[in-house]
Amino acid sequence: MDIKTHMKKFNFYCASVTKERNMSGMRSYFKQHSIRVGRKWAGFHPGRMILWLFFAALALLVLYPIVFLISGSLMGNDELASYLGAVFLGKSGYADFPPLPMFPTLQHYVELFLDSPAFFVMFWNSVKITFCVLIGQFIVGTMAAWGFAKYNFPGKKGFFLLYMILMLLPFQVLMLSDYLVLDFFHLTDSLWGIILPGVFSTFPVFIMYRFFSEIPDSLIESAKLDGAKDWQLFLYLALPIGSSGIIACMVLGFLEYWSLIEQPMTFLKDKSLFPLSIFLPDITSVNKSGMAFAASVVTFLPAVLVFLGGQDYLEQGIMAGAVKE
Amino acid sequence: MKVSGKRKSRNNNNRKNMRGFLWILPSFLGVMVFYLLPYADVVRRSFLGAVDNRFVGIENYKTVLGNTAFQLAVKNTLLFTLLCIPVLIIVALFCAVTLYKSKYGGLIKSAFLMPMALPAVSVALVWRLLFHSQGLLNHWLSNVDIAGNDWMNSGSAFWILFVSYIWKNLGYDIVLWMAGLAGISTNIYEAARVDGAGEMQCFFYITLPNLKSSLYTITVLSFLNSFKVFREAYLVAGDYPHESIYMMQHLFNNWFRVFSFDKMAAAAVLESVVLLALIMLLQRAWDS
Repeated sequence: MDIKTHMKKFNFYCASVTKERNMSGMRSYFKQHSIRVGRKWAGFHPGRMILWLFFAALALLVLYPIVFLISGSLMGNDELASYLGAVFLGKSGYADFPPLPMFPTLQHYVELFLDSPAFFVMFWNSVKITFCVLIGQFIVGTMAAWGFAKYNFPGKKGFFLLYMILMLLPFQVLMLSDYLVLDFFHLTDSLWGIILPGVFSTFPVFIMYRFFSEIPDSLIESAKLDGAKDWQLFLYLALPIGSSGIIACMVLGFLEYWSLIEQPMTFLKDKSLFPLSIFLPDITSVNKSGMAFAASVVTFLPAVLVFLGGQDYLEQGIMAGAVKE
Repeated sequence: MKVSGKRKSRNNNNRKNMRGFLWILPSFLGVMVFYLLPYADVVRRSFLGAVDNRFVGIENYKTVLGNTAFQLAVKNTLLFTLLCIPVLIIVALFCAVTLYKSKYGGLIKSAFLMPMALPAVSVALVWRLLFHSQGLLNHWLSNVDIAGNDWMNSGSAFWILFVSYIWKNLGYDIVLWMAGLAGISTNIYEAARVDGAGEMQCFFYITLPNLKSSLYTITVLSFLNSFKVFREAYLVAGDYPHESIYMMQHLFNNWFRVFSFDKMAAAAVLESVVLLALIMLLQRAWDS
């Protein structure tokens, strides 16, 4: 746009939005149309250009594994054999891999979905683990977070510190205690042995606590004056207002439990209970490698979809997780 | 009359107190059963012998500290964290400052965040093909006349893990840094610019000092995420990887397999104490 049309639009903008034709109106207009004035890199700047190219290249590199898996899953067996024979079949020379398949085919997906019931079982196990944990966290976690955020009771600080410490300990530290309790309840080699410790994980409590704390006390007081009971406050005030925090938790939780490795690997012996996240496909023959690519894509696809759909919530969740107490 | 009124209000207060705890109760019961009681049992076991459950004092701790596998795992874990975390934090800071509030920043940040969503198991296939002795990386290197390497079965495995960690966590740390940046008021920058400060001066005298409080949280979270590189290491190299990437989690797994619960208990208690001390120390350092 040239300066004349800008001036015209600016006049219109002032008339309709800010009602004032002054500096602050101008500033907000510039901001809205991302016009930069008086900045040293307005317009073309070679240094900045190189920086952006660098970042774009880096971003592509970061995403390379995804491209790699998708294109591999679409290649036929012959194509895979010719590119990856060096790794899979012990041929001499090096593996090679083009970014796009020459002759794309859905053959491996068809095989995966029609001829491998074991894969379906694993997919279903992953779904069960992830959704049971999320539902449990939603029920138990929101209640606890609400209690921590808006009530006072003796020893609250101590409880909260305990929750924070538990959130920070890595799996290896809690591994033996996890095993002892699961063994006591005869839950080893059962999906419940993975789900129940996940339900009582203290991490979502901490995240949701952050969001619930931001609900203004005045709002709660006025609802109380109108005669709202405690459970009504929770159901009709906390849950709707804190919903972005709850969704953030669900997104973080989905990514965590969809790719859970340590717990199922340690506690599950029965292969029919394995989730997708510990399924390492056999790639010793080319025929199987095609399936392995397709299986990898099917494994990451739900997580990537959740990521793309909930990225804003995910970022809010990451920020809320920053320990600052 | 007065007394009973007072008592009533105190009762009411207590009921209110109880009510707050009731909200926590379901969660706390679960935490108690699944985390606290078994952890207490682990502490108890760490003082008992493996076979006859006799009290042996700090014998288990001595065995663990003298164990060569334990020393190797501690050395690797320490080396890994000391190298990775500063690099990750600085690279993420550079990216965050450059991408913050810029035109394509959001898009590139999304790309950097994406690895967080990828399950380690689906990436393991890529890693195996890239870093195989006849794999893609060696192919690309041979194109520019650099001798290849058997990446996962040599000391380079450590560096592969290093890159995986940065790859996986860069987006996470960028988001955290950007949250810190968003907390700095733009007025300070405007005032500084009016006084003639350049981009560099703004960065060193405004941005950095104001990000100090974010640094603590980012360090702690990056530290905790560093334990998760075990996933990639395990999926690519199995139970007994090259000794340069033998981490604490490998050790715990191998002890678990042979039921050395006495050693596991002692090591778990040791590690939790060290972790807590570290986190407190960091907090102290930042508060002062």
